[in-house]
Amino acid sequence: MIQEIQLSAPFYMIAVVTLIALTIDFMTGKNKSAVYNFVLFGLVMTFGAAAYTLSIPEETIAAFDVANSISKGMIKFGGYAAYFDMLFAIAGILTMLAAKQYNAREYKDYKEFYLLILFAISGMVFIAHAANLIMVFIGIEVMTITFYVLSGFFRNREKAMESALKYFLLGSFASGFLLYGIAMIYGATGTLYLDQITQKMMIGDFHDLYLTLGIGLLVVGLGFKVAAFPFHQWAPDVYEGAPTVVTAFMSTAGKAAGLIAFIVIAQAIIPVTAANEILTNNLDKFRTLIAVIAAATMLIGNISALTQKNVKRMLAYSSVAHAGYLLMGIVANTPEGRSGIVFYATAYMFMQIGAFLIVSVMEKDNKYLELEDYVGLRKSNPMIAAMMALFMFSLAGIPPMAGFFGKYYLFMAAMDSGYLWLTIVAVISSIISMYFYIGLVLNMYFKDSEAEQERVCPGMAGIALAISTFGVILFGIYPSLIIDLANKIF
Amino acid sequence: MTAFLATLLLPLFAAISLLFFNKENVKAIKYYTLGVSIVTFVVSLFLYFGFDHLNPNFQFVIDYTWIQSVDAGFRIGVDGMSMLLILLTTFITPIAILASFDSIKKRHKEYYIMLSLLQFAMTGVFVALDLFLFYVFWEIILIPMYFIIGIWGGQNRLYATVKFFLFTVVGSLFMLVAIVWLGQYVGTEILNNAAGFTSNFQIIREVSSQIPLETQSWLFLAFALSFGIKVPLFPVHTWLPDAHTEAPTPGSVILAGVLLKMGTYGLIRFNLDLFPQASFEYAPTIAVLAVIGIIYGALVAMVQTDVKKLVAYSSVSHLGFVVLGIFSMTAEGIQGAIIQMVNHGLSTGMLFLAVGMIYERRHTREISEFGGIARVMPAFTVFFALAMLASVGLPGLNGFVGEYLTLLGAFNSPFLKSQWYTIISATGVIFAAVYLLWMFQRVMFGEVTNPKNKDLQDLTKQEWAMLVAPLIFIVWIGVYPNSFLKISDNSTKALVNKLELIKFNKVRYELPQIEAEAAPTNNQ
Repeated sequence: MIQEIQLSAPFYMIAVVTLIALTIDFMTGKNKSAVYNFVLFGLVMTFGAAAYTLSIPEETIAAFDVANSISKGMIKFGGYAAYFDMLFAIAGILTMLAAKQYNAREYKDYKEFYLLILFAISGMVFIAHAANLIMVFIGIEVMTITFYVLSGFFRNREKAMESALKYFLLGSFASGFLLYGIAMIYGATGTLYLDQITQKMMIGDFHDLYLTLGIGLLVVGLGFKVAAFPFHQWAPDVYEGAPTVVTAFMSTAGKAAGLIAFIVIAQAIIPVTAANEILTNNLDKFRTLIAVIAAATMLIGNISALTQKNVKRMLAYSSVAHAGYLLMGIVANTPEGRSGIVFYATAYMFMQIGAFLIVSVMEKDNKYLELEDYVGLRKSNPMIAAMMALFMFSLAGIPPMAGFFGKYYLFMAAMDSGYLWLTIVAVISSIISMYFYIGLVLNMYFKDSEAEQERVCPGMAGIALAISTFGVILFGIYPSLIIDLANKIF
Repeated sequence: MTAFLATLLLPLFAAISLLFFNKENVKAIKYYTLGVSIVTFVVSLFLYFGFDHLNPNFQFVIDYTWIQSVDAGFRIGVDGMSMLLILLTTFITPIAILASFDSIKKRHKEYYIMLSLLQFAMTGVFVALDLFLFYVFWEIILIPMYFIIGIWGGQNRLYATVKFFLFTVVGSLFMLVAIVWLGQYVGTEILNNAAGFTSNFQIIREVSSQIPLETQSWLFLAFALSFGIKVPLFPVHTWLPDAHTEAPTPGSVILAGVLLKMGTYGLIRFNLDLFPQASFEYAPTIAVLAVIGIIYGALVAMVQTDVKKLVAYSSVSHLGFVVLGIFSMTAEGIQGAIIQMVNHGLSTGMLFLAVGMIYERRHTREISEFGGIARVMPAFTVFFALAMLASVGLPGLNGFVGEYLTLLGAFNSPFLKSQWYTIISATGVIFAAVYLLWMFQRVMFGEVTNPKNKDLQDLTKQEWAMLVAPLIFIVWIGVYPNSFLKISDNSTKALVNKLELIKFNKVRYELPQIEAEAAPTNNQ
């Protein structure tokens, strides 16, 4: 039991931190920085706890006696769950660093904001640890409900309101699909525990039609959560309307959480050896379906990003495209695929948060968001321009930045499982994406603006940007740091 | 070994240390970069002296595991073919830096950082013995070149640099797919190693001829597309005239001098060596494209009114000879191709330098603006004439040696099986004489008709230095090519032996038996 608590430290840590933060909130009254500081502290602690869990030798992570455990097999410990906890905590920390100044400047520095971020992260941690479909669902709901609130946080802005409402309506609809899918699977197999579902599928103890329907509905629901084609329509509007720091958080940590849900479920419902030939056939069809979704997602995302004039919207579409690349790992459904997702999600988190935080630093009164506003940026803000260029090259997948190795590994995984055509589509969409990524660099570096631009002071966001830059370069040059870990944690 | 690592890493060191320079202190930045590049050249000479040209294998091999799970490593080494190109790189770069002193007028610090990075990546491309590492270097080159054309280029630079970037990326991403495919195929189907994947070039080349022809063909085409764009091979050459014309003079020198050679180097190193059967299959097709390039480049060069564009199109034509030589797959042809790569780097580099000098003085490159330059700038005219004649292929200068060998190789090739390639390509030499001599005549001879040309100043000391240095080698290669041919001789023969063994089951050349040296690794 002691061991269980040790192993699930990050899971309990985030829950406890969230509750204490709530208490601190109403105890401190007008003192805003107390909550902020505590939330930041709590995230660092969660990160530390997760890192500690990962450092425990593997043998103790794998085997676990469910009957005697406190959680009764509802949650998993260590391994990938701890890794994703770390990822969410870092995303939270980076967002928090940039958020205080941004909120104060653009709207008002309400302390609820930080609590909401914390709620969202606890939701994500639930997803990462889930061993039961209900846990997945609860996690997703905790996360997305906070996202609905966060995206409309600047309530005096029409666009933010529109974004929140749109997200809420469509999101709840998608949650319905998810829940219906879970119900179907329960109906088909009689259990919600993921490992038992896999077992039943392997021995053939299930209802065929319900299972197929259930899997289909789950793919729809999860597809919506990661903003995959054709359920991606909400993403650009929501990402554009939401406060930029929230967008940074949603489009990275939120996406990573959606993906880990996808991984956990796909791993369970697409077993390596299925009971009979019909099921194997059906499951192959599902993989092909996900492959088609992935291919369409990257193409549509990148092609739509091509024509955008607004940087935030462009990044939003590019984030849709990146979900497509990440789905390649799900399609592969192999250890390589999952490691690829882990690496790419990490790299993507650093580069995408970095890019969005730069947008948030540049932004003023919901203006200065157009591509034209970045013309001649290297003159007025050389450091920011240099970092933005770095993130763009990384997003475009040019070595030696982290984004490149992520793509390399995912291509490898997809090809390894026989999806050459998907790799080629990914390459074509990468080529398309080059145009707008380097287009932004072109604006910043090669054109000179007539209007005098003012020098912006990133403040605390500067620290977040420095961390992101460091991550993008470090993991680009030493991908082994993550990929070796990723190979061990599943 | 030390000299080898230093040759590769010194430019990177220069780029990083330049970050700490005060950007106002332009003089220090300039001379520092020049100093480091000259030191790099000297170091590369030590590398050359330590190089055993009788040994056809890779030498100075370093093998460190970098990313275990995909078996990618920091694997580098030199053989005869890459040795010459490394020397070319370290030689051209100081000249380009010297040329930058006058032609670069803004944002000096960033410029010299980019140039040093470029040299690092170019050297890396020539030494990489790992496909992953090779790809990394190959792509890194895009970033500095993108900036060099985009920031310091001419009027139309934005269009040119985006076009350059996109063209290269299209090719290289398909190459990336091919690298992954190849690594995965070799890793799982042939070697069955732990990672199920490898990008170790030396291992792959041993076994790659076992890959079935259909797979090989796709891989071959993906690599050839990437390299063909870089060379540039007809019909994917269209980025080159734009990039060349818009790039600043040193940019053009590097582009023509070294960057294009990465494509032809890749064709020899990867296409021929890794996909022999596919090479036999596609050699005639590519040779036809090369011949079209030779003629087409020459014809288009003839009608250019801009001197720089003319030289740019002449590159398309000259590189056609190189590709023809490579796909003749004979020792003469490949040797000729390698020496022609060096030649083209020297003579075209020199032509670009000369064009840059005259552009600095007159701020135009239109042929019709000039005339009678020989009267006002006699020394300049002599150098220009020599570079041009080298480019035309006058016996006694370097161009002749390369073109002769490539044509000879294509003529005797047991793979191309037709003399027509040589016969048609030879007319390209005549065309070269026509467009270059005609241009020279219009620019240099006659009366000074344009009053702006009356008081042009002849060469400065710095410009003398820039032009004399390549000229020495132009004459040297022309008079005694053996000092250079011998470097790549055995490596080339080893490659040809391998190809002929596969195709005709016989070995043509006797090679000294030298054990491949054991590489220091950290795998144990």
